[in-house]
Amino acid sequence: MRLEQIREILNCRVVTGHELLHEQVIYGSAADLMSDVLAFAQAHSVLLTGLANAQCVRTAQIADVKAIVYVRGKQPDDAAVELAKQLGVVLLTTDLSMFDSCGRLHACGLRGRSDLLRDASHVRTTGVQPVL
Amino acid sequence: MSEQPVFSQCFEIRGRDFANAGRVSTTVKSILKEIGMAPALVRRAAIAAYEAEMNVVLHADRGFLELKVSPGRVQVTVVDQGQGIGDIELAMREGYSTASDEAREMGFGAGMGLPNIRKNADEFEIESDVGRGTRLDFRIRV
Repeated sequence: MRLEQIREILNCRVVTGHELLHEQVIYGSAADLMSDVLAFAQAHSVLLTGLANAQCVRTAQIADVKAIVYVRGKQPDDAAVELAKQLGVVLLTTDLSMFDSCGRLHACGLRGRSDLLRDASHVRTTGVQPVL
Repeated sequence: MSEQPVFSQCFEIRGRDFANAGRVSTTVKSILKEIGMAPALVRRAAIAAYEAEMNVVLHADRGFLELKVSPGRVQVTVVDQGQGIGDIELAMREGYSTASDEAREMGFGAGMGLPNIRKNADEFEIESDVGRGTRLDFRIRV
């Protein structure tokens, strides 16, 4: 799914990274704990969070998370926006809740960790790659 | 295992310097990328280095991270001066944490750091002296 589609589905405002909205993500994850992002988020993914500080941007970049969607209308602070520009992380904000945001993206085909684990098990047993 | 490193660099980490927390790991990540390491390996090394760097920022006074790259492996050593860890077995348990409220506000302190370093590394060692500091080593095979 392109980041531009995520912007449309969640009716997001773009804080930074307009030029990167053509990029694709395969997975999504939702967390307010950065430790969980580091342990469970996938590469090439979008992170939904309510944590609007610079550490969240740093964590995203380390974990190859391409974009952050701040839910419940949260606004990243200035340090977060500055760091996102430097590191090339796209920042979006939506007024939707975490639950609604995740539901809408999943319904539109964005995959989560459980899908990834199921796909991996499917490939192991059948040898057939899932269609992304 | 005494492979000669082709690249070696040491970085300083300042305890409680929250504004710069993670900078060293971002640099480590770009070095490994530039060297031409596979993206999955770069990600594992960056995540483990970042967890270790955050531990120094959150719990110690100061420390350093040394990155050594040799043809067969990436090795990271993080040494800090600080309070140390009294019970390493307990600290390695998922969910165990002694982090401050400040750390939790930043999204850390869930007790996942050390287990996550071990998960991302092929080899992992940690030793600590209470009241003096902690030394942590991890290696990832190329």
